[in-house]
Amino acid sequence: MPSASLLPVALPEDWENGGFALYIHWPFCQAKCPYCDFNSHVTANIDQARWQRAYLAEIDRVAGLTPGRVLRSVFFGGGTPSLMHPDLVAAIIERIRRSWPTSNSFEVTLEANPTSVEAGRFAGYRDAGVNRISMGIQALNDHDLKALGRLHSAAEALKAFETARSLFDRVSFDLIYARQDQSLSAWREELTRALSLAVDHLSLYQLTIEDGTAFGARAAAGKLRGLPDEDLAADLYEATQELCENAGFPAYEVSNHAKTGAQSLHNRVYWEYGDYAGIGPGAHGRLTLGGIRYATDTPHLPGAWLERAETQGSGELSSEALTSEDQFSEFLLMGLRLREGVVLARLDSLKPVEFEMNYNGLIESGHLEIEAGRLRTSALGRPVLNAVLREILGA
Amino acid sequence: MTELDHIRNFSIVAHIDHGKSTLADRLIQETKTVADRDMKAQLLDSMDIERERGITIKANTVRIDYVAQNGEKYVLNLIDTPGHVDFAYEVSRSMRAVEGSLLVVDSTQGVEAQTLANVYQAIDADHEIVPILNKIDLPASECDRVAEQIEDVIGIDASNAIRVSAKAGIGIVDTLEAIVHRLPAPKGDRNAPLKAMLVDSWYDSYLGVVVMIRVMDGVIRKGDRIKMMQTGAVYGVDTLAVLKPQMVAIAELGPGEIGVFTASIKQVRDTKVGDTITHEKKGCEKPLPGFKPSIPVVFCGLFPVDANDFDDLRDAIEKLALNDASFTYEMETSAALGFGFRCGFLGLLHLEVIRDRLEREYDIDLITTAPSVVYHLYMKDGELRELHNPADMPDLTYVSHIEEPRIKATILVPDEYLGDVLKLCQDRRGIQLDLTYAGSRAMVVYDLPLNEVVFDFYDRLKSVTKGYASFDYQLTGYREDNLVKMSILVNDEPVDALSMMVHRERAEMRGRAMVEKLKDLIPRHMFKIPIQAAIGGKVIARETLSALRKDVTAKCYGGDATRKRKLLDKQKAGKKKMRQFGKVEIPQEAFISALKMDG
Repeated sequence: MPSASLLPVALPEDWENGGFALYIHWPFCQAKCPYCDFNSHVTANIDQARWQRAYLAEIDRVAGLTPGRVLRSVFFGGGTPSLMHPDLVAAIIERIRRSWPTSNSFEVTLEANPTSVEAGRFAGYRDAGVNRISMGIQALNDHDLKALGRLHSAAEALKAFETARSLFDRVSFDLIYARQDQSLSAWREELTRALSLAVDHLSLYQLTIEDGTAFGARAAAGKLRGLPDEDLAADLYEATQELCENAGFPAYEVSNHAKTGAQSLHNRVYWEYGDYAGIGPGAHGRLTLGGIRYATDTPHLPGAWLERAETQGSGELSSEALTSEDQFSEFLLMGLRLREGVVLARLDSLKPVEFEMNYNGLIESGHLEIEAGRLRTSALGRPVLNAVLREILGA
Repeated sequence: MTELDHIRNFSIVAHIDHGKSTLADRLIQETKTVADRDMKAQLLDSMDIERERGITIKANTVRIDYVAQNGEKYVLNLIDTPGHVDFAYEVSRSMRAVEGSLLVVDSTQGVEAQTLANVYQAIDADHEIVPILNKIDLPASECDRVAEQIEDVIGIDASNAIRVSAKAGIGIVDTLEAIVHRLPAPKGDRNAPLKAMLVDSWYDSYLGVVVMIRVMDGVIRKGDRIKMMQTGAVYGVDTLAVLKPQMVAIAELGPGEIGVFTASIKQVRDTKVGDTITHEKKGCEKPLPGFKPSIPVVFCGLFPVDANDFDDLRDAIEKLALNDASFTYEMETSAALGFGFRCGFLGLLHLEVIRDRLEREYDIDLITTAPSVVYHLYMKDGELRELHNPADMPDLTYVSHIEEPRIKATILVPDEYLGDVLKLCQDRRGIQLDLTYAGSRAMVVYDLPLNEVVFDFYDRLKSVTKGYASFDYQLTGYREDNLVKMSILVNDEPVDALSMMVHRERAEMRGRAMVEKLKDLIPRHMFKIPIQAAIGGKVIARETLSALRKDVTAKCYGGDATRKRKLLDKQKAGKKKMRQFGKVEIPQEAFISALKMDG
């Protein structure tokens, strides 16, 4: 990546519509879950001091490229960041706060597994400056938790959740649905219970079988049975929308539900196509420098990233200048996930000159709507967003 | 030049796997025509596909020098005829070029349907026939029973059949002696004007077109100016040779002899099997009787899976056509499949062979549309039109009636499967002509519409008889029937590649099967899609494909943008493999699967 140039830039850049955020990736887990295709590794011995030096050096490097930007949020993702020592988290947040001015509603989220051991560190994270916890509870019964390869029981998860809500104002949790042999009525029951527990935010993901995961291999071998067909999957999604809406947790994105004012500011930076720096193994970023928007990537293997950060002066593996077509696609595929959709004027300004956009058919068929200068998916269009995107982008 | 009474010309008639090629190899080996170290098993079947399928597609020939037990030296010319009915005309020409046949029957199996068709051709050509019972070394061999069957079914004397094991080398000399002593010598007049029959021709990448001939009268020499009597073309003979089986130059070929020549002929298409060759000057007056050009009876579309391969496909088809005059092609455009070719074949096997060669030798992935036969459309204005492609069917109001080709099918089957075979033939609109028994095997003869046979009949037959039935057919003519064009409509748009001619009474069944299959093959779209089978404006079967309800990525955060964008880019590229029908996209695999009907 080139260093920040001193061009006399006057016009606001597109990323400013979405804001600026920082993602920190902690790549380690106690065990690998069979559905997870995230960059996670299981290792017994982790030299937290060495990792700390690398993270801090990377923060300094990125801060040097983005001086003066107002930082909206930090997200500790993984892997399992709740395996990080609270002192390490504290050191990172402290360095971040010294490097950028932060917004009034500065959000610092840490992903946590709901085990008793990890709950013991929650207070430490709060003291370090974390102000939001996102817990991977995934299911509320032990049978399904086991099937999902989770190490915690439902009871343990709920206890950890209680600890979290006693320490943090903002607590979100994840559930996975459309699981093997899950009926519509069972999910309605489970979700109703989840909504009664929820604080201010829920992420509800349909189980997706990804290549390169244990579930993917099992599915390829024809051994993953009892997954819902498309119609049941659609019924499950519709039931989810209805129950959440009625409980005051409307969807603000395809899979994310929040009470008013409790949306994840960090994730909104992605969906609103702002800039975000990615630090840590396998972390991706989008950074606009000198008028060019770059997609940045880092080595996926923890050791490789660590070594690069220590010896090369940058943990970055590559930075690719995004073409106008790329930016347009990314803006749409991220932005249409949000309930409110994208601002038409911004869509127009990102549209490549020669590209002929035609979404009138989708408006006629009721998959898209235009309101108050925004283009958004309807309740009909959001569950088939991939098809909507293919249609608009001609794929 | 060899004297007539020291020449014997013969062919071998046999069913697939009954040991024709192995016996030919043994005859070549025994007479040291080819050195042992050069022997490849089944020498005469040179194409990969022939060797793999154990069938002979192009006639091959070999000249064998044999010193008989009487001390005399004979020249034996073996013409290895194609073993399949698709090439019946080539077989009949080959048969006319020789005076006798060896009838090879597997003594563990008995007479099969294909054997019958070819042996009748030999009988038609007035051949002396020497029956040979092969595979006598196997424990299951039943020579007496099979000899009896030959007499019962074919009606020739099998009392002096030669008992052979080509594999074990038993009875080979007996066979050679029988060729010399039981088959007649050819006749001919050395002093008459040249009269030779064009038996076969092929393209050789070094020599150009090689023409195989049987000299009837007169003498042909290198340098002669010759004339093809059907085409009128004149050529100078560049080289003259006999096949041993590689080409060995020879100064002249006289009456009764079989050999090859080259004459700077550009394409095999310029040579017509069955044509008469004579000298340009002082030629013979009348050509040999019985010439007819080969006519394709089965048609299908061949399209490249990847549209970018179209030019390669055209080159490959042109090259193949150079070497196979019986195969026709013309460019075809299909809304479903893009640019391709409508190709005509002598039969189903011929179609398969050509398709295999295109895929294998030229490495092109192909989509083959449903095979169709040639219908005769009698128009109300009196015109007779040939319909090669159901997509070209004119409006019925202009058509008086339609005739379809019929065949006489002969099926030999162990009697325990007879009921299933009769049912299959009835279901395919067959009319039983004959049913006889030979031992525990039944021979059924059916009059069947060819269009019911090109459509997976052989596969069904194999499946209901566990592979024990043998089948052969010959075209018998055209007959009027209640035929209609069935169209397939997807979202109210007709899909030309899927339209087919069917009998009115079978249309509902076929239409239902097709729309049900398509419902599973076409991916859901954002709207619901009716899939219909229709005759004219009347819908006879209908299914509705529901609208897409769920297709969204569950998780999409900062690290997923690149991957998701690249996926969309990939889908953009993959769109080429989709075919657009109005608003509906149909993946190419759907066509391939839909056309592979299995019931």
